[in-house]
Amino acid sequence: MGSLEIARWQFAITTIYHFIFVPITIGSGFLVAGLQTAWYRTSQEKYLRATKFFGKLFLINFAIGVVTGIVQEFQFGMNWSTYSRFVGDIFGAPLAMEGLLAFFLESTFLGLWIFGWDYLPKKIHLATIWLAATGTLISAYFILAANSWMQHPVGYKINPMKGRAELTNIFSVLFQKTALSTFFHTITSTFLCSGALFAGVAGYLVLKGKYVEIMKPVLKVGLITVIISFLLVGVTGDYTARVMTSQQPMKMAAAEALYNSKTNAPFSLFTIGSLDGSHSVFQIGIPSFLSIMSHGSPNSQVEGINDLQAQYINKYGPGSYKPVIWLAYWSFRLMIGFGALAALIAFLALWKIRRNKTLTGGKWLQGAMILLPILPVVGISFGWIFTESARQPWIVFGLQKTATAVSPQVNSGEVWTTMIVFTLLYGILAIIEFGLMIRTIKVGPDVTSPISKSEHDQTLVIAY
Amino acid sequence: MTLNSFWFLLIAILWIGYFILEGFDFGVGILLRVLGKNEAERRTLLTTLGPIWDGNEVWLLVAGGATFAAFPEWYATLFSGFYLPLFLILLSLIIRGVAFEYRSKYGSPTWRNRWDFAISISSFIPALLWGVAFSNIVRGIPLHTSKLGNVEYAGGFFNLLNLYSLLGGVTTLFLFITHGAIFISLKTDGELRIKARFLAIRTGLVTAVLAVSYLLWTLIGLTHKSLVILGSLLIVITWIASLAFNFLGKEGWSFVFSSLTTALVVATLFEALYPNVLPSNNGSLGLNIFNASSSHYTLKVMTIVAVFMTPIVLLYQGWTYWIFRKRISPNQISDPHKGVLDHLHQ
Ligand code: HDD
Ligand code: HEM
Ligand code: HEM
Repeated sequence: MGSLEIARWQFAITTIYHFIFVPITIGSGFLVAGLQTAWYRTSQEKYLRATKFFGKLFLINFAIGVVTGIVQEFQFGMNWSTYSRFVGDIFGAPLAMEGLLAFFLESTFLGLWIFGWDYLPKKIHLATIWLAATGTLISAYFILAANSWMQHPVGYKINPMKGRAELTNIFSVLFQKTALSTFFHTITSTFLCSGALFAGVAGYLVLKGKYVEIMKPVLKVGLITVIISFLLVGVTGDYTARVMTSQQPMKMAAAEALYNSKTNAPFSLFTIGSLDGSHSVFQIGIPSFLSIMSHGSPNSQVEGINDLQAQYINKYGPGSYKPVIWLAYWSFRLMIGFGALAALIAFLALWKIRRNKTLTGGKWLQGAMILLPILPVVGISFGWIFTESARQPWIVFGLQKTATAVSPQVNSGEVWTTMIVFTLLYGILAIIEFGLMIRTIKVGPDVTSPISKSEHDQTLVIAY
Repeated sequence: MTLNSFWFLLIAILWIGYFILEGFDFGVGILLRVLGKNEAERRTLLTTLGPIWDGNEVWLLVAGGATFAAFPEWYATLFSGFYLPLFLILLSLIIRGVAFEYRSKYGSPTWRNRWDFAISISSFIPALLWGVAFSNIVRGIPLHTSKLGNVEYAGGFFNLLNLYSLLGGVTTLFLFITHGAIFISLKTDGELRIKARFLAIRTGLVTAVLAVSYLLWTLIGLTHKSLVILGSLLIVITWIASLAFNFLGKEGWSFVFSSLTTALVVATLFEALYPNVLPSNNGSLGLNIFNASSSHYTLKVMTIVAVFMTPIVLLYQGWTYWIFRKRISPNQISDPHKGVLDHLHQ
């Protein structure tokens, strides 16, 4: 492999890894804030215990999100310097804004939240977790606006003297349709992830008959979060699909393995393509559904891969403009499939609660509760694998190809070094973090320590 | 002032903020096992950093982001050029952050010792390498202009490890150790406070010798010296003041002056650099605030955001420091050996 391929693998590994922890963080911040608000409003002990317990899980997870984010900030310069030169005028702005508006907010107020239990008045302490959670949301917005610009560049002109894209309108970059649809789709899916985590953990403990009093409300909230956010993910995903089809028709064609343009195009449930990737050999589908998904009408025409390839050669010159079709096809389905499976489990569990008031069930339900938090995270990763890999060969759609974007003077030995070490380190960290999560769940919420400390104990904030 | 100069200034300010704040974080991390002789003391030291270290690190992220937005050529050439040193710094920052968050979860001595060791090393490496990196930036590095017309780094890893830059690295290392010790003496109570004060004097004197030689070496070969000389003088004066206040037991003032010194060191290096951002030392074209910058429009947009946001950030970060202003002493740590995840049953 040359340094291009390794740099791509490295980016994929580090970014997917970052995005395992981030969605859990974003949703969990709000769910923890919700629990604390419930405590603030009702003064019921169970909500405080739950806040602290899920707060612990949230923080264990947050730590990894933060440290892997640092790598993200710098690797554009390290491995993708030609890209950075080409887009910096535009892409750098949302990144810098993210730091100024979001990272400062989330890190500072999270510090206040962790250590401020006994220092701050109750109300202000509650405000700190809401602010930290808001910070994560702002962070997601800016980074997704940056990514959306790579999917669909707007608000720029090419400066031929400098050989780069220059910003002409920041508002079109920040508020274009692509950014908005991506944001809502991603945020709703982060709630899917965190709702599943809360429900899975609470459900597991309830099934074991542990801390039932504390966990029951959390279980319910978690399950409802999963179901509602799955519905919203579907709605926003449907909209995203339409935006995407009009902007990157090749992506939709690849997602559907649709080789030749069609009206009344079916949504494929299963396709086998020929080896050279130019036509499908075998296909089962839902009639007309793809036409509806892409354009909102069954009679509309959906463009196929081969036609698009011919169009692009006319427009951009010779070369292949096809992404890896099997990857696009399957990652799209797995994204939806894993999310749907989580929603299904949540629905069944909720159904059980409705009848018996509490969750009871055999081994399979316990297994389902353990599986529940993992499913949407896998789904969300496939969503990104789809989004990013089906954009190829472009790094910035229509403007710059990935193959030309790497750092020219970084040699493959160096990229290999960083890739191997990051991968190993991330692997070790994953094991440690996973162990800590399990252990935290096993230990369970602290139900013994006093609720409020006496005047004398006020300085005892020992979280580290 | 042109917007280009303004952004140069703003990036200098971000680095100043970063080195003042994470400078003492590094110092505390390096001293964790030196000053923290038992569990209670180590947890005290870590608790002084607990609420603030992540906020401190964000100064680096914003410095990086701002460089990307305002001087993309600088961002691209610098970080692809300083590939391996930056990689080592990133590795350290990853390990450090995780170590802070995880080390006290279990009481097991092996678990904690490993993380403590990780904290020391991962504080040591960036404290040293940032000095190395900045010295190279100020001194200039081998560059060449590629076929695409881009200014690219033309050296390797070992070009970055010359005597001058190593001296710069050791200087920042000792500066941060001392700054951290002064921070500890300000934030803790009891024996720890005394130990930190005495340590600060000793490492502070070493820093002084290193800094003076480093500044003199920096002056050689500079064309515009006057402001750099002024900066160097101020560095020496504030450092003496810091050590003197420390000696007198006025930890607060000592910390104010060690922060000032840190600020002046960064300011002086940036002054020596201006108007370049990455000069070349082999006669080829280097990068300056004009040929490395973004378009006027981008600079304008970013200026509005920065002018609006920076005061707000300073306000709430300052408030955090105010909230956590109390000293912490080891005897407040009720059960230092217990980790929150230790007891499996109640
Ligand atoms: C588990 C989470 C999850 C679930 C259940 C879904 N998605 Fe999704 N999807 C994501 C999580 C996600 C994501 C990881 O968050 C992505 C990656 C980029 C983005 O904007 O969101 C994504 C991307 C993404 C894209 C690509 C956007 C682009 O490349 O520009 C489309 C077209 C859809 N989704 C459509 C859907 C539809 C029609 C769904 C039907 C239910 C759906 N998604 C469920
Ligand atoms: C603002 C956010 C993002 C930006 C700016 C971004 C940018 C990039 C860049 C520069 C590449 C390198 C080109 C390549 O390797 O083909 C890339 C590839 C990739 N990214 Fe993203 N990305 C973002 C978000 C994400 C997220 C959140 C994920 C997943 C969790 C992700 C997954 C991938 C993958 C899997 C690739 C490899 C695709 C391939 O090489 O075929 N990206 N992205
Ligand atoms: C590839 C582009 C990305 C870059 C450069 C990046 C950068 C960063 C950085 C530097 C941090 C650490 C902040 C701190 O110290 O507090 C971070 C954390 C975070 N990032 Fe990313 N990130 C990327 C992708 C994403 C995406 C796609 C999202 C959301 C959709 C996201 C959301 C977050 C959130 C919410 C946090 C804070 C919570 C946590 O650490 O778990 N990031 N990111």
